[in-house]
Amino acid sequence: MDAHLLGSALRTNLRIVRALGMRSIRQTFRRPQLIAPIIVFPTLLLAIQTGGAGSAVELPGFPPVQSFLQFMLAGAMMNALMLAGNSGGIALAVDIEMGFTDRLFSAPIPRFAIVLGRLAGTAALGLFASLWFLTIGLVFGATIESGVAGALMAIVLVTASAMAVGGIGAAIALRTGSASVVQGLFPLVLVVLFLSSAFFPQELMIEPAKTIAKYNPLSFIVEGIREPIISGINASDTLDAVLAILGIVVLGLLLSDRALRHRLKVG
Amino acid sequence: MEAAVAMPAWRSNLATIAALMARAKNELLRVPGAAIPGVLAPTIFFLGLNGVFGALTQLRGFSTSSYESFIVPVSMLQGAGFTGAAAGVNLARDIEAGWLDRLLVSPAPRWVLLAGTVLAASARALIPATFVLSVALLLGAGWPGVDGLLIAYVMVAAMAAVAACWGSFLALRFKSQSAAPLMQAGMMALILTTTAYAPLALLGAWLQDIARVNPVTQVLEAARQGFVGSVSWAETWPGVLAITGMLALLGALALREMRRTGL
Repeated sequence: MDAHLLGSALRTNLRIVRALGMRSIRQTFRRPQLIAPIIVFPTLLLAIQTGGAGSAVELPGFPPVQSFLQFMLAGAMMNALMLAGNSGGIALAVDIEMGFTDRLFSAPIPRFAIVLGRLAGTAALGLFASLWFLTIGLVFGATIESGVAGALMAIVLVTASAMAVGGIGAAIALRTGSASVVQGLFPLVLVVLFLSSAFFPQELMIEPAKTIAKYNPLSFIVEGIREPIISGINASDTLDAVLAILGIVVLGLLLSDRALRHRLKVG
Repeated sequence: MEAAVAMPAWRSNLATIAALMARAKNELLRVPGAAIPGVLAPTIFFLGLNGVFGALTQLRGFSTSSYESFIVPVSMLQGAGFTGAAAGVNLARDIEAGWLDRLLVSPAPRWVLLAGTVLAASARALIPATFVLSVALLLGAGWPGVDGLLIAYVMVAAMAAVAACWGSFLALRFKSQSAAPLMQAGMMALILTTTAYAPLALLGAWLQDIARVNPVTQVLEAARQGFVGSVSWAETWPGVLAITGMLALLGALALREMRRTGL
């Protein structure tokens, strides 16, 4: 295949991903019941945890922060992006239940475009969530210590993480084809989140949560998002976050690939 | 026929309430999976909050050194809130399916139909409460004593009734299961904007103001007293008063909607 043909195929695939992605984004923002839990639940939890456990900043060993709200912003974003990933999986499962995905399978388009298109919607939700929580933080007096660059870094990491987590949700949707099964994973999402340093410094958590949080990839991501907000951009934390996101992306791709093969085999 | 006519009204009302409660119990036995989220969610919150915020007891002003003991009544009340709200969702489903219409043409008074839903939720709330309490006791939460435990269970059952009245009010108002997030989020906000995470003095200023006027704070403190100290009437009566007030208010609202339904 010469370079011209390759370029043409790439452009076609990108057009397909864009079309499916736009559909997914429109679908998400048209239905308030899809976006509301992703924003309302983490915002409510952020408010209650900030008000309820705000005195925690006085604990010996708590990292130096301007306020507990500033510390919690990364956790709230993490909470929202996890829900966005779950919601993306539910939307894909609904497409499977309604037969829309079957129609896409019979069309002359690459399979990965179907998943990538859906992930575009999840990424858009992640982007929206990061902007929402940064705005909330700034309105209620939290500062972004590393300024605009830090805010941009947080936005990029949250958006990429939403897409990565969405890959796992998509894989489960493709494997089960059931929206209720994907929806049933919501408690699991909370467990994984609580067992990370999303809501409290890992050093101050109690066992066994402390040890689990130490190795939980979400802890690396949340620290990568948090550092630019509470202190400054730290190359090591950023690299850890990127590696953790890549790890989740690879896992999502492998699981999605297997689930797609399974779905095509069983019909 | 003569025997049925002779049956006093109070007895037939009780029989109807018992039949509606039995229906709710059958739902639970036939679809046990449906009860899992209601049991799992408060347990996850308990384990999560305990693991994450356990160190808060090191702060001056905490009445106990065991965060398990401090947080377990919150999770029990959360379970009651979820269960009560689920009763509202089930009522909305019954409305959508036309089942409530069939009940409305029966000679049963409206309050009896509402009481069946609310009392079933109260009884059902004891399942997540017992589960989360067992987990907490295994993890080292303090034994509240028989009187403390009894008060906690009474508060849980009554809180589930409050949540069921709230859920029923919304279900009858919107006549759609899409009101479910409002039922759940309303209860979650009501229970967590109290002294759920920390004593009043350690809360943020805005949350302190809300917690002071939120009647669930009194309910929570009454349920919590046995777990963090000794039981006293002074800690109990504000909770009894608050829960009675909420039941009267939300019960009246739900009953008003029930009476309007089908007119």
